[in-house]
Amino acid sequence: MEFYRSHVLICGGTGCHSSGSSDIREVFQTELKKNHLENEVLLVQTGCFGLCEVGPVVIVYPEGAFYSRITKEDVPRIVSEHLLKGRIVTDLLYHDSIHEDDAIKSLDEVNFYKKQKRLALRNCGVIDPEKIEEYIAFDGYKALGKVLTEMTPEETIELIKASGLRGRGGAGFPTGLKWDFTAKAKGDKKYVCCNADEGDPGAFMDRSVLEGDPHCVLEAMAIAGYAVGADQGYIYVRAEYPIAVKRLTIAIAQARQMGLLGKNIFGTNFSFDIELRLGAGAFVCGEETALLASIEGKRGEPRPRPSLPAVKGVFGKPTLLNNVETYANIPQIILNGPEWFRSIGTEKSKGTKVFALGRKIVNTGLVEVPMGTTLREIIYEIGGGIPGGKEFKAAQTGGPSGGCIPAEHLDTPIDYDSLSEIGSMMGSGGLIVMDNDNCMVDIARFFLDFTVDESCGKCPPCRIGTKRMLEILDRITKGQGEEGDIEKLETLGKNIKASALCGLGQTAPNPILSTIRYFREEYEAHIRDKKCPAGVCQALLQIVIQADLCRGCGLCVKVCPTVAISGERKSPYVIDQNKCIKCGACLEKCPFKAIVKG
Amino acid sequence: MSTSILQKDREKFTELQKVIDEYKDKEGPLMPIMHKAQEIFGYLPMEVQEYIANALDIPVSDIYGVATFYSQFTLKPKGKYSIGVCMGTACYVKGAQAILDELCKELNLKPGDTSDDLNFTLEATRCLGACGLAPVIMINDDVYGRLVPSDIKRIIDKYRNK
Repeated sequence: MEFYRSHVLICGGTGCHSSGSSDIREVFQTELKKNHLENEVLLVQTGCFGLCEVGPVVIVYPEGAFYSRITKEDVPRIVSEHLLKGRIVTDLLYHDSIHEDDAIKSLDEVNFYKKQKRLALRNCGVIDPEKIEEYIAFDGYKALGKVLTEMTPEETIELIKASGLRGRGGAGFPTGLKWDFTAKAKGDKKYVCCNADEGDPGAFMDRSVLEGDPHCVLEAMAIAGYAVGADQGYIYVRAEYPIAVKRLTIAIAQARQMGLLGKNIFGTNFSFDIELRLGAGAFVCGEETALLASIEGKRGEPRPRPSLPAVKGVFGKPTLLNNVETYANIPQIILNGPEWFRSIGTEKSKGTKVFALGRKIVNTGLVEVPMGTTLREIIYEIGGGIPGGKEFKAAQTGGPSGGCIPAEHLDTPIDYDSLSEIGSMMGSGGLIVMDNDNCMVDIARFFLDFTVDESCGKCPPCRIGTKRMLEILDRITKGQGEEGDIEKLETLGKNIKASALCGLGQTAPNPILSTIRYFREEYEAHIRDKKCPAGVCQALLQIVIQADLCRGCGLCVKVCPTVAISGERKSPYVIDQNKCIKCGACLEKCPFKAIVKG
Repeated sequence: MSTSILQKDREKFTELQKVIDEYKDKEGPLMPIMHKAQEIFGYLPMEVQEYIANALDIPVSDIYGVATFYSQFTLKPKGKYSIGVCMGTACYVKGAQAILDELCKELNLKPGDTSDDLNFTLEATRCLGACGLAPVIMINDDVYGRLVPSDIKRIIDKYRNK
């Protein structure tokens, strides 16, 4: 094997890819050649490092120098200074990755990583996802080998059961139990499927696993195939994830070539193969029965249960369906044992959970923490708090199926059960932070707009009920709310939850019910006072010039697109409310902060 | 079925037939075939749906049902440059609506429409997953992030002149 004195890891996740990491890789290649370093320095394109906010990210080992927001122009400097002369380019390092004396912190000293525990993401940002050899070097396919040569299918299922692993897709169903149901179901043919139809807006943990460590999903599916008695697997992945699709395709081909998929794996009688199936842009296909229908090539509409997919799944055969992140935990549980896994997390939720941090937070990105970590730790210690020192208002977990968690619950240890107790849910792991500039009625409307659009239309509670709720919310945000609207929303919400056919409809009212529960006064302000306290709902807004602060400079007049501002120079200007479209352009321009909205 | 289209697109149909041959004996062949068909033709005109229906021996209504259920399948031709404005949570709050409005104005299109010269298709999309760069638009495979409305004209001009 060749020896390289330095390794340059370039993040190739979607976040960094979008901010230009593939261009950076090319420049590195030419620069290394120019300096005759191509045999001394190895370039590695990895999966997501998690800290997407400061992307593109490049880490140089052995020093562990963490370069952030790198541009093409920065690369020659890194090559000539760091790689050629051994002088780290400190001004390009991520600000929190150096000590005061310019010494480099190891990654687990950096605040963003300190409290994290990366199990599902352990290889993301570490290995080259397009090289099976790198996965194997990190114990890849060892768990599959162990299961096939040392364990019976029953023992495998018992082990997963004993680990306490629960489904990471959101609902938290015990994984071992699901495997057991499928193993015990009668059928001449069984399937193992992977739900990679990650559709919650703001959630991208499954994508990062698929892009950064595709082989661990393949390995886990093969283990599951052995445990339940299946010889065929399907991964149903969003077509919107082209990098994930590409890396999965490469991974499957490599695994087949090495005999880790296909006939007689590890020289045993066990045969297993995997195919990809691409979604086509339907959120409801994340629901298990809809997903299976879509694999069959039908409209992705859910069907009533029973029968469970474990009994009657894809093509009418017993089918095991787990989520990407669930699978990503399996190989390590096999290798390290169930006790190890049980030692992480809370009493009823074992292991870790990956969250996608977004919106009003300093470190936008992907974090993995032990179950039981509090929201405060995630948002303030890992996430770096709210930009601009603003005050935390609420966190939204679980996307369109989840709810909003107010400040009073910041110290609740997060697990499946605690989240549902406070009216939200784990969901797939989107975690959106909001401050006082966010209107909770508007947020509820946003999520409901999403579910109404994505409702498949099969059952009336979801098709008609969510639409009625959206109409009410629309009215409220436009200042046409009436007394009794809140109660109507509550009744409708409860009924939809109780009567909708599938998870999409049953959870669709959650964003509304939880915001009513914690921010009722904000709804009341919209309805009674026709005011939006956060200043978001356009129709309820008025932008006014405070006469005592206005110096009459006239800057606002120039930027107003509708000529709504008038007045004499050097005396206070006024805004004609009939003409104002509330674009806020004047607000930003005013040097005296004389213009306010309210 | 109009033979003129068939003749004009004979090569494309030959390619489609190859795809059908590859998939037709596999389980659940319809979606992969439709994905490929859309790649080949750019959209799924009635003729293509009828062709697939005949080849797989299933009712064309099944295919139409699938084509209209999933938002990625389109029955209308798409522009050379497909502009997707991310309306995911992060982008929405960071001003995606203003970006979309600016694009509508610049291209004189409504979301979902294609320009008459078949150059641009404008669409509001679900989360593109680049939340760290919000607000984001995608033009074919190129991503533009951290946008403000005044960036739009410059970006569009780049494609107009291509």
